[in-house]
Amino acid sequence: MKAFTYERAKSPAEAAAAVAGREGAKFIAGGTNLLDLMKLEIEAPTHLVDVQDLALDQIEETSDGGLRIGALVSNTALAAHPKVRKDYAVLTRAIVAGASGQLRNKATTAGNLLQRTRCPYFYDPNLPCNKRVPNSGCAAAEGFSRQLAVVGTSDKCIATYPGDMAIAMRVLDAVVETVTPDGKTRTIPMAEFHRLPGDKPWLDNTLGKGELIVSVRLPAPVGGQHFYQKVRDRRSYAFALVSVAAILNDDGTGRVAFGGVAHKPWRVEAAEALLPQGAGAVVAKAFEGASPTEHNKYKITLAERTLAGVIAEARS
Amino acid sequence: MKFDAPAGKNLFDNARIVGKSTRRIDGPLKVTGAAPYAYERHDVVPNQAYGWIVGAGIAKGRITAMDTSDAEAAPGVIAVLAAPKMQPVGSSNFNYAPLFGGSEVTHYHQAIACVVAETFEEARAAAAMIRTRYDRAEGNFDLEANKDAAPMSGEPKTRGDFDSAFASAPVTLDETYHTPGESHSMMEPHSTIASWQGDQLTLWTSNQMIDWAKNALASILGIEAANIRVDSPYLGGGFGGKLFVRADAVVAALAAKEAGRPVKIMLQRPLVANNTTHRQATIQRIRLGAQQDGKITAIAHENWSYNVPSGGSGETATAQTPVLYAGDNRYVAEYCAELDLPEGNAMRAPGEAPGHLALEVAIDELAEKLGMDPIALREVNEPGKTVPGQPQKEFSERNLVRCIKEGAQRFGWSARNAKPGLVRDGRYLVGMGMAAGFRGSPTMKSGARVKLAANGHITVETDMTDIGTGSYTIIAQTAAETMGVPLDHVTVELGDSLYPVSAGSGGQWGAASSTAGVYAACVALRRKIGEALGFDGDAATFADGNIVAGDATHALTDAGAMSAEDTIEFGKFQQDYSIGTYAAHFCEVAVDAYTGETHVRRMLSVCDSGRILNPLSARSQVIGAMVMSVGMALSEELAVDPRFGLFVNHDLAGYEVPVHADIQEQEVVFLDTLDPAVSPLKAKGVGELGICGPGAAIANAIYNATGIRVREYPLTLDKYLDRLPALV
Repeated sequence: MKAFTYERAKSPAEAAAAVAGREGAKFIAGGTNLLDLMKLEIEAPTHLVDVQDLALDQIEETSDGGLRIGALVSNTALAAHPKVRKDYAVLTRAIVAGASGQLRNKATTAGNLLQRTRCPYFYDPNLPCNKRVPNSGCAAAEGFSRQLAVVGTSDKCIATYPGDMAIAMRVLDAVVETVTPDGKTRTIPMAEFHRLPGDKPWLDNTLGKGELIVSVRLPAPVGGQHFYQKVRDRRSYAFALVSVAAILNDDGTGRVAFGGVAHKPWRVEAAEALLPQGAGAVVAKAFEGASPTEHNKYKITLAERTLAGVIAEARS
Repeated sequence: MKFDAPAGKNLFDNARIVGKSTRRIDGPLKVTGAAPYAYERHDVVPNQAYGWIVGAGIAKGRITAMDTSDAEAAPGVIAVLAAPKMQPVGSSNFNYAPLFGGSEVTHYHQAIACVVAETFEEARAAAAMIRTRYDRAEGNFDLEANKDAAPMSGEPKTRGDFDSAFASAPVTLDETYHTPGESHSMMEPHSTIASWQGDQLTLWTSNQMIDWAKNALASILGIEAANIRVDSPYLGGGFGGKLFVRADAVVAALAAKEAGRPVKIMLQRPLVANNTTHRQATIQRIRLGAQQDGKITAIAHENWSYNVPSGGSGETATAQTPVLYAGDNRYVAEYCAELDLPEGNAMRAPGEAPGHLALEVAIDELAEKLGMDPIALREVNEPGKTVPGQPQKEFSERNLVRCIKEGAQRFGWSARNAKPGLVRDGRYLVGMGMAAGFRGSPTMKSGARVKLAANGHITVETDMTDIGTGSYTIIAQTAAETMGVPLDHVTVELGDSLYPVSAGSGGQWGAASSTAGVYAACVALRRKIGEALGFDGDAATFADGNIVAGDATHALTDAGAMSAEDTIEFGKFQQDYSIGTYAAHFCEVAVDAYTGETHVRRMLSVCDSGRILNPLSARSQVIGAMVMSVGMALSEELAVDPRFGLFVNHDLAGYEVPVHADIQEQEVVFLDTLDPAVSPLKAKGVGELGICGPGAAIANAIYNATGIRVREYPLTLDKYLDRLPALV
C-alpha cells in the first residue's frame, strides 16, 4: 500500500471539490473493497477524502411514494428496512445474498455500486489487465474465465460487475443522485450508471471526476412477486456465477435483470417483454450477440435454467 | 521403550481418563486469544522488525535485473534482500523447489526479495517499489499434455495376471477420473520470527515437525543443527503444508542476519498457493473386472501426477488400492511427470484422499453395472485376514464391513432408491451415496520428558506439535492416566526443539506415536519413583495421587521432585502387519434440478481407528475432514493457467473452501475397537481417515440423485448442467 494523505469532508460539495482538485484523490466510505485493492496496489490513491461524516445515512420516503436511500446507508440497514422488505423485497434478497454479515455492516449503498470486478487477472499485478493498467492487454479472455462475462464484453475486457445489490436496483429502475465538483446535482438512471468495457475497460461507470453519489432513489413500488436467485459454487460468501433479479406479475409479465454475466447489471427490456413466453425466449433475446468463452458458455444455459426456476416458483 | 510385540493387557484397558471425551486443555487459551501464534509473539525477543517477501512474477526463467534503490531509500527500511545478489540457499531432504537466492526462477511467486522495515506497512510499501525484469522461459505446466511422457515411479505392484483376468471378466469397467490441485489454505499462513545471538538462531514459527525443521534449516542455511532452536507451540492449521520449512522461515533467518535484529515474516495470503506446496492434480485410470456375483477378479489403478524437475513424488493416489478390496489379479502403477508448477507435497492424506475420489466412484459404477447394492458389492469383495495377494501379511485389525453395516443402519441406507434420478423433493433431486475409506496408520519414534514436582504436579515436555488436532489434551490424558493423577494436575509443553524429539504431526501418526512416547517416559518415571521408594514401578498401581505397591501405599509426593525421559521405538514386527484405519462414509445430497447446485444434506462417517483417545476431539478431527471433503468434491480447485504457469485463483475469494452454509448435518461414529499392533495404547489416528472417502460418497450421491456421472472434480454445476432434466 502506498502512503497517502487523508481528510474528512464536511459536506458533499466540499468532498466532490476535494477529489476533483487533486490528482490521484479518491473517496472512501466503508472501504471494504478499496482498502483490499490498496493493499495490493491495484488502487494507489495519493489522497483519500473520507465521506463518513456526511449525513447521508438516512432512508426517507419521497413524495411520489418511493424511497431515497442515503449513500452511506449500510447494506445491513438497507436490507432490514421495513419498507424495503415489504415493497422492494428483491433488494433485500439481493443484499443478503452478498458478502458476509460483517462486510454488509460496513459496506455502504454508494460504495457497493462502485465495487470493482473480481476477475483473478485484475487481482494479480504481475499479469496483463486492461482494467488495472490501461492497454496492458487482457489475460482473462483466453485464460481461466468460468466466472467472467459472456455478454457485452469487448476484446479488451471480459470482467463482470460482481455485486448483487445493483442487479436488484437495476430491475427496480433506481436512480443514482450525485453532487458534482461545481456543487450541482445530477441524476443517473441505473441503466446508465455502469458502463460496458468497450475500448476503456478501466472505466467502470459514468461518474465524472470528483462526482459524489449522495443517494439512490427508488421509484414507487411496482408490486409483483420479488425474487433474487443467486447461483454460486458454495452457498454463501461467493460471487455469483449467474444471478437473477426478477419482479413477476400474476399475468406472466414482469422485469428481470441478470448478474454475474456482464460488466453491468444485465437487463434487456425487449427480452423481459417476452416473459410470458418463458425463460427460453427471455434468455435468447437477452443474450443475443453474447460471446462467451469455452469456460463460461454454461452461463447462458444457467441463466435460462435459473430464470425458469424463478418463473416456476412464481407460479406455484 | 521398545514396542516390539503387540500390546497385551495394560493399564489403558481400565482407563479412567484416556478414551473419555475431554475438552481441550488449551481451549481457554484459544478462545481468549491468549494462545500465542508465531506472528504475534511480540514478547519473545525485543526490537522485532517486519519482513515482506516479494514473489516472482513469472513461473520460469531468470531475473535479468532487479532495482532495489527506491525500496532501500523508502521510509523505515532497514534492509533489502535481493535474491539475485545472494547465493542460493542449500536444500534439504524435504524441499525440492528453491527457497531463496540466485537469479533462476522455477515457480511462480518464488521468493525473490525481502524488505525489512520498522513497520509492517513500511515493509509492504517498499517491497512494491522493487522493479524486477525477467527473461521468461517456456515451461511445462499442463499435466494432461505431459501425461504420456511421464515415467513410472518405481515398479508397478502386480499380482496374478491382470490383463487376462480383465479380458475374460463378464462385467468390466474402464474409466478415468481427474482430481485438481488443492491448496492447504490453513487459517494461519506460514509465519516466522527469526533472531540471531552470535551463531545461535532461534525461530518462533508455525511448523508441524520441529526436528525436521531444525535439521532442514541446518542443511538449507549451512549451519549446525545444534545452533538452531525452533519453537512452535500453537499452529493455526497445517494440513501438511507446514510439515516442511518454507520461505518465511528461511528468509526470516537471512533477513535477521542482514538487518542485525529479529525479523518477523508472515506469507501474505496471495503467496500461499504458489509460493508454498500444494496437493497435485491427478489423472486416474481404473479398470475393474468382476464375475456376475460381484466378485472382483481384476483390479488395475494407474495414476498420473507430477512434481518439480528437481525432485519429489507425485500425488500417489493408488495408495489404498492394494488393500481395500480382494481380487486375485492386480496392477497398480504410479507415473510422475515433471512440471514447472510450484512444488507438490503432502496435504491431508496424501495419495488416499484423491485416490478414493476415483476408486470409490469406480466401485459404485461397478455395482450399478452388476445390479448390486454398493454395500453388498463391498461385502463380497472384503479380503480375508490377509492383504490381497500377500498371504503372509495380516491385517492387524480391520472392521470395514462392520463400519459399513453400522453406517447403513444408522443412515437409513435401505431407503435409497437404487435407480438414479427418481427421488424428488420440490425443485431438488435427492440422492444417497456411500464410500469405503482406508488410510494407513504409520507410527514414528517419539520421545518425551515427564517431570514430577514436589507437590505432585506433572509436566510433560515433548517437541510434539498441536496443529489444532488436540495433541495437548491426549498427551495430558495419557500422562494423567499413567501417573495416576487428575487431568488438571498435568501441564503439557509442546513444540520446542529444546524438548525431546517426538513423532510430530503428520500422516495421522501423531496421536498414536506421541502418546506412546509419553507413556514410555511415564513408565520410566514410575520406575524411578519405585527405585527411590523401594518398589517395582511397573507392578505398582498409580491412582488418585497415590501409589499402591504390594501392601504398601505411598503418596506420589513422597518421591520428591524428579524427572525421566524416554522414547518409544516401534519394532520391525509392525511390518508383518497391515496396520490401517477404516471407515464407511454416507451422504445425502439435494441437487437443484434447475441450477445444478448441490447441497449436502447429511453426512455420516463410521470409523474404525482402534482406541479413540479423546472422542470429543477425534470427532472434531473427522468432522473437519468431512468438511474438507465437501470442498474436494464440490468447489476446491487450484486453477492452472498453462500460459503463465501459475495457480490463478490464489486467494480465498478465488479458491473456495466450504463455508458454514454448506454444512448441514454431520455425524461421526467410532467403533469400539482396539489395535494391539499399533502401540501400547492400541490407538490409531483419525485425522486423515475422515478425508478418505466422503468426497466419493458425495459424488455417488449426486449420481444417485441425478443419474449424471461426472468424473472430473470438483463437481461444479457447469460440468453437468446440460445433462440435467429438461425444463418443462
